[in-house]
Formats: sequence, structure tokens, C-alpha cells
Amino acid sequence: MSEEKAPRILKINILRFDPNNPQDFPQIQTFEVEEAYGMTLYVVLNEIREHQDNSLMFDFVCRAGICGSCSMLVNGRPTLACRTLTSKLDENITLAPLPLFKLIKDLSIYSGEWMHYLNEHLETWIHDKEKEVNVDKLEERMEPALADEIYELDRCVECGCCVAACGTIQMKPSFVGAVGLNKVARYHLDPRDKRTDEEYYELIGDENGVFGCMTLLGCEDVCPKDLPLQSKISIFKKNDAKNRTQKLEIYIQTVIYPCYS
Amino acid sequence: MKIIYTDVLIIGGGLAGLRVATGAKERGHDTVVLTLVPPKRSHSAAAQGGMQASLANCKMGEGDNEDVHFSDTVKGSDWGADQEVARMFVHCAPKAIRELAAWGVPWTRVQRGDHTSVINAEKVVINERDEAHGLITARDFGGTKKWRTCYTSDGTGHSMLFAMGNKAHQDKVEIHERLEAMSLIHENGRCYGAIARNLMSGELVAYIAKATTIATGGYGRIYSVSTNAIICQGMGQAIALETGIATLGNMEAIQFHPTAIVPVGILTTEGCRGDGGLLLDKDGYRFMPDYEPEKKELASRDVVSRRMTEHIRKGKGVKSRYGDHLWLDITILGRAHIEKNLREVKEICENFLGIDPAVDWIPVRPTQHYSMGGIRTKYTGESQTLKGLYSCGEAACWDMHGFNRLGGNSVSETVVAGMLVAEYISDFCDSPESSINIHTSTIEKFLNKEKEKIDALLSKKNGEDAYVLRRRMEEIMMSKVGIFRNGVDLQEAVDELEELCKRSKNIEVFRSKSRAANPALFNAYRTQRMLKLALTVAYGALLRTESRGAHSREDFPMRDDENWLKRTLTSWPNENQTLPSVSYEEIPIGNMEIPPGFRGYGKDMTEAHPESKMRQAAVDVIREKLESEGASRFEIQNALMPFLDKLPKKYRGTNERLGENV
Repeated sequence: MSEEKAPRILKINILRFDPNNPQDFPQIQTFEVEEAYGMTLYVVLNEIREHQDNSLMFDFVCRAGICGSCSMLVNGRPTLACRTLTSKLDENITLAPLPLFKLIKDLSIYSGEWMHYLNEHLETWIHDKEKEVNVDKLEERMEPALADEIYELDRCVECGCCVAACGTIQMKPSFVGAVGLNKVARYHLDPRDKRTDEEYYELIGDENGVFGCMTLLGCEDVCPKDLPLQSKISIFKKNDAKNRTQKLEIYIQTVIYPCYS
Repeated sequence: MKIIYTDVLIIGGGLAGLRVATGAKERGHDTVVLTLVPPKRSHSAAAQGGMQASLANCKMGEGDNEDVHFSDTVKGSDWGADQEVARMFVHCAPKAIRELAAWGVPWTRVQRGDHTSVINAEKVVINERDEAHGLITARDFGGTKKWRTCYTSDGTGHSMLFAMGNKAHQDKVEIHERLEAMSLIHENGRCYGAIARNLMSGELVAYIAKATTIATGGYGRIYSVSTNAIICQGMGQAIALETGIATLGNMEAIQFHPTAIVPVGILTTEGCRGDGGLLLDKDGYRFMPDYEPEKKELASRDVVSRRMTEHIRKGKGVKSRYGDHLWLDITILGRAHIEKNLREVKEICENFLGIDPAVDWIPVRPTQHYSMGGIRTKYTGESQTLKGLYSCGEAACWDMHGFNRLGGNSVSETVVAGMLVAEYISDFCDSPESSINIHTSTIEKFLNKEKEKIDALLSKKNGEDAYVLRRRMEEIMMSKVGIFRNGVDLQEAVDELEELCKRSKNIEVFRSKSRAANPALFNAYRTQRMLKLALTVAYGALLRTESRGAHSREDFPMRDDENWLKRTLTSWPNENQTLPSVSYEEIPIGNMEIPPGFRGYGKDMTEAHPESKMRQAAVDVIREKLESEGASRFEIQNALMPFLDKLPKKYRGTNERLGENV
């Protein structure tokens, strides 16, 4: 936005609904906000709440693109609102809550409940029955490159954008989505997790896991963290192939790999 | 009335809260965590640069140990820290990081052989030892003698929080999400839990527990520009304050981080400077060496923030519509380094500034960042005055940071304090004195009180607009209780905040009258509480007529150990008060391992306490004698200031390092 020109008047159309109020019904409400230099949707929504309608509900926490709280549909596309600059959008902006999650009110969704279930279901933690951690001793070593690779997959912020963009979940809410598959890939890559390939297969080797994916690729298009699942999968393939079960190999090659390539 | 009973109630689901929860759970205690947001969205996730632990694995960390970390922390605190607590902390930091490594944090590791680093604007080749290959590496941070800050790129807090959150899933810790603690339930000097409000439905619930822990982080949002997440509004400290019994410590000790971006105040990690980034003025001139020839950009945060402000005041700032700023230049580090080790910074620059930090300079200025003050506790995390109430992490003042926290010591504190406090709480819960003796009618009284307060806010007519009061408070804090302070401004701040506090009793929730999912309602009661906190900060700052750490009085530039080597304690015993009650707690020199001295920045501005010299002489004698007898560093430390007996037994072990205790 040029600083000299008169500022644009943004028209912010918000899909509003309060499920706590039996009389309420979903409707689009439009607010006008004068654009300012460097304005983000975080600033826009707070301005509306402070000066126009104090009942408008939305979620921001870090407002820095780190925590994943503020995902919503911006002109129909799932993204993090806090780091969306208005200068990159048309002056007519439509905001709606992320679909598929339980709606709290307006743009606020209960994504935590969904993610909580997902993590418990996929057991997204280090499984190592043998080990008692002795915190006085040197830490276990790890190849630096491997630690970096794990971090790449660990960067998922559970924002839910991939879930909202997923065609499969629309039809099959029990599907774990890209967020779930990425988590499994992350732990599978991690040598500290002692789960066997068979155990992983039990977790995601069905239509709620990899076999459910219809390869529509919406997830990868919208991931705010650009998670590099594709490169992960090729490493997956290179690694100790002999130890892998036939089934796992098949679904990686036929399902996950095409999904992200 | 809905009552939920548990052993340990934890308010706050960030790193500290979750670590208490898993620790207490593993000791067999039932735990419930109340959290405003999903735990993995807590502000802990925003910690970028790293966690300090003296592992001494990387070349530039060689020779590091607890003693060096301790010395850095105490000096960083400007001798405000409780040295026993600081000792407990540095002793346990390596344990906490190793535990997190086992729980899945993908710490960046040492790669054997040569790598290039930027030190003091020059490329330097560093050779990493073979035997360190694959161990956790570290980067440089401000105010530290060694490279001690362990990291995962610049998403350290995120990785730690996710590992911790997943551990909590594994341990089946009960998480009650979108529940806000509204008040603490207490009777006869004993805390029994909290009244909480469901932010989705509006329902009020009483949680009754043997032990209640507040781990809600800092209170940065009382300032208009802060790096803190917007939920860091200090509600944990506020409900403790409102008991009238619990005290808050050193609330005036507020840290400003040197490098938040302009105008939005989002943090760029200290790792930028730790990895070799420079601060430049409007002429592209590197000014920090002029002020701090030794540590330059890597002086302690309070020092760098003040130097930047001084430099801007000399007219050397870059003019912008949002006020003057300076430049952070990390282009010197090269694209490959930035995209690997500073990728959050890169994303932030791209998304919020539209610049590429591998090519462009980043506009920065000092911005509110950390609350050294908080709920005053004993070393066990228990309130000094309200039994059964615990606190840890940024929410607490136990007090390891004194008047200035070192970068990398905060995430480290969250997990160390969490693991220790979990043990002390578990010991308490195992003892008969923890049994719950509170009548349901008392519980009901507390619940009804909250209900009445909400009814009043919703039914008030012709009242005040909470936003107006809050914005004014934020501006006052920013302009009058900032980096440099003076008596005139502070008095004005206190007077006006007191006025706002009185007006806040008359807040009305306009138009939006729902009890459920109503942002206007929670803004109303939080504003009332934030004003009380703002007063503890401003009033504490006004009364403290010296400069110590981040508290810098232009009218009292000396650090006055003779009169001010003490902690400020604030409380609010009577609801009708419009100013907090203030008292002080001496920081005894007699048992200090490192008696007060000169921090080594600028010229020595210390008004020494006569006892400091005596204690120093005593320390020297002990050290000399034991050294001549060939005593180990542990034996010498133990003779100077024993602390191990305070630690839970399981954490007393000696830390192994390459070449030490292996």
C-alpha cells in the first residue's frame, strides 16, 4: 500500500453465529474499517471489537504466526489470520470460522478438543518401555542431520488449516488428516520412539489413516508452516528398507508419497 | 453448584504448568489443568532462541558448568536473585534438558569438525570435538560467559511445549480447556482451589484441591506494546493479589527486550545477536561497541535496551511513522544460516514486515518482554503467606531472576521449577496437613461472589467503557513506567492509575450481555484486575529510589545496596483499597555465595553495602583455604552456600559432562 494515497475502506464480511443463543442464526455481517499501514487481520478484528461490536468472538494468542490459534477462512481459504496483511487482499474480505471443528461463536472454534483426541489416538509421544531416564547422565546422542529432520516435522502447530482443507475429512470425520499423518511420520523418524512398523501400521494402516486419503492435496496447499512431508517420505523409503513390513512399504509408496509429491 | 475435587489444581497449561502436572501425576496425585487456550497454544510456544543449561558440549561452551551459569545468573539479576534458588536452578537445568531430550525434543546437535560462525562481525572457524558429536549444542546469548543456550532452530519453545504437551497426553493429565480461574478459594490462611468460569458456556465451577498452582506466565499486556501473547494479562498474579493474603514480589522488575519489530512488537530472538547479528543506527553505524566495548550487542538485555534508548535520544534513531527505531542486521549471517537457525525470524520478517532478513535490515526497538516479578514464593514454590497456594514459571517470583533475567533462562526456569515444585507439592499432598477441610457453604460463598460480580458488570448502567480504561493504562505504563523511569513520571502514573482503578469499579459491559462466549465480559473483569497489577508495578517503581537491573531511575542512578538490597512485596488486603500495601523483605548478604559487586557494564554505579566487603573477605578465605587443600569445586561451593539439601532427593545427583564426572 502506498503511504501517500488515501487509505482504503475495507469491507469485512464476517460469518457470525452464536450457538449458545437459541434465537440466533448464522448470518454475514459487514463492518467497515479504514486500512492502516502494515495492518493485519488481527488489527482489523480487534478494531471492530473495540469500536464497533464488542461481542465479536475470535481467537488470537501469540499474534505472531507461532501458536496456530487464529486459523480461519479468509476469502474461503484456511489460513492464520494474525499474519495476513490486508494489503495483500482485495478490499472486500470475507471471514468465516474454520469448518469441521466445533463452533464456539463467530470465528472462534474448539480446535483443542479435536487435536487432543488426535494426539491421544495416535499416541504422539516417545514410546520406550525399557528406558528409565537418568537425568544425571549425558544425553543420548543423535545425528545432527536427523535432529534437524525431526524438527522439520515437529514444526506443525496444530492450527487445523489442513483439516479444514481436507476433502476426506468432510466425508469421514474420523480420518486423522495430514496433521495426524505428519505426526506419525515425525515419531516414526525418531529413533527414540521404539514402536515397530507393525505398531505404526496398526495406528494408521486403515481408512482412517493413510488409506482414507483421496490425494486432493488441499492440505499441502494451505499449511502455514510448509511442512516438507514429501522429502520426509523419500528418506522414509531410503532408510532400513529391510526392516519394514511389506504393508507399510506399500502404503507409503502408493498412498502417502503421491499425496505429497 | 458444580464442584470438582482433585489433588492438584494447576492454573495455566504452558511449560511450567504442564511440568508440574506430569510430575505430580507420576507421584500418584490426581491433577487437573485449567487453561484459557489449548495448552500447546500457550505463550511458552513463542520462546524462540533457546534454553540455558550448562552442558558444555560445543567448543564455545567448553569449560562451562553450574558455577559459571550461576555467576552469570546472579550478576544478570544485579544481585536481586535469591542465590540458593539460582543454585538449585543451575544444578537442575542440565537434568531438565536431558529429560526433555528423552521425551522427544529434537535439540540441535553438535556436528564434529569445522563450521563457520560470526563473532564480533567477523567470520570465525570453529572446530567441534569428535567426542561431542551428536550431543546437544548451544548458541551464544547475552550476558553469558559461555555458549550455553540450547535450541531447536528458533522454535525452541514450540518444540519444548509440544514434547511437554505430548507427555501430558501420555500421562493422561486432565486438561480443562477454556476455563478461566476467577478467584482463589481460601479460608484461615489456606488455599483450597479456585472458582473457574467456562469461557464457552459461562458456567461457574468450583475446583477444590489439596494444592493449587498458578502457572499463568507474565503480565506484559499491561503495557501497550509487548512481545507477550495477548493472554499474558497477569490474571494469575491478580487472583493471588485479590486473596488479600498472598503477596507479589518485585512487580516493578520489568524486562524490555532489545529487538522486537516495529510497530507490532513481535519478538526477534536474542539468537539473532547471539549468532552474530549487529545493531545499527540511522547511519548504518554499529554503536554498541562505543557503549559496551566488551560485550557489545551481547550485554545483558536491560543494558542493551537502555543503550539503544540512549542512542535514539541522541538523535541516532531511524524516523518512522511509529516513532524512532534502530536496525538489527543479520544479513552478515548469510541466507543458509538464517533459513536453518533463524527461520521463525525469517517468517516473521516476511509476513509482518514484507522484508527478507537475509537482504534487508530489520526495524527494531526495545519492547516490554518479561515479568521478573510475580507471586512471591518460598523455594518450594509455595506462597510465603497462603498455605497450599503454589506458583512457578514466569508467574512466580521464587526468585531466580532478581531485577533482570538472562535470555534463555526463562524457558529453562519453566521446566526446572515445574519439576521441582511438582515434588514439593507431592510431598505436601502426601502429608496429613494437606487434607481438605472446607465446608461447601464456604465454597458456595466464593462462587456466589463471582456470580454477583458478573451480574453487576452485565446489569450496570451508565458505567465506564473497559477498553477506554485499559488503553489509557497501557499508555501510562509504556510512557511513564518504561525503560527509564523518574519520580515525577512515576508519581503521575500512580495517581492516574489509581484514578482509573477507582473508575474501573464502575465498568459496564455495553450491549453484549451474554454470559457465554462473551469477549466484552471477560475484557471487563480482566481490565479491573490488570489495573490493580499496573498499580503494583508503578507504585513499587515509584518507591524504589535506586537503579537495579531493569529498574532504572534517572533520578536515582546508583544501585543502592545499603538501602535497597531487598524485595518489594505488594498485597491488597482490603478490597476497598485503591493502592496496594507495600512491604519489603531483606536479601541477606551473610550467606551469599557471590556477595554484591560490580556487574561490569559501563562505570560502576554501586553504593556498596558495608556487609558486602565482609562477606567477600569471608568467601575469599574459605575459597583459598579449600583450594590449597585441593578441594573440588563442589566442596568449595558447598562450604560457601550449601543448597543440595533443599532439593528433592532425586535431583541431587552430580551432572555428567564430557570430561567431568563421567
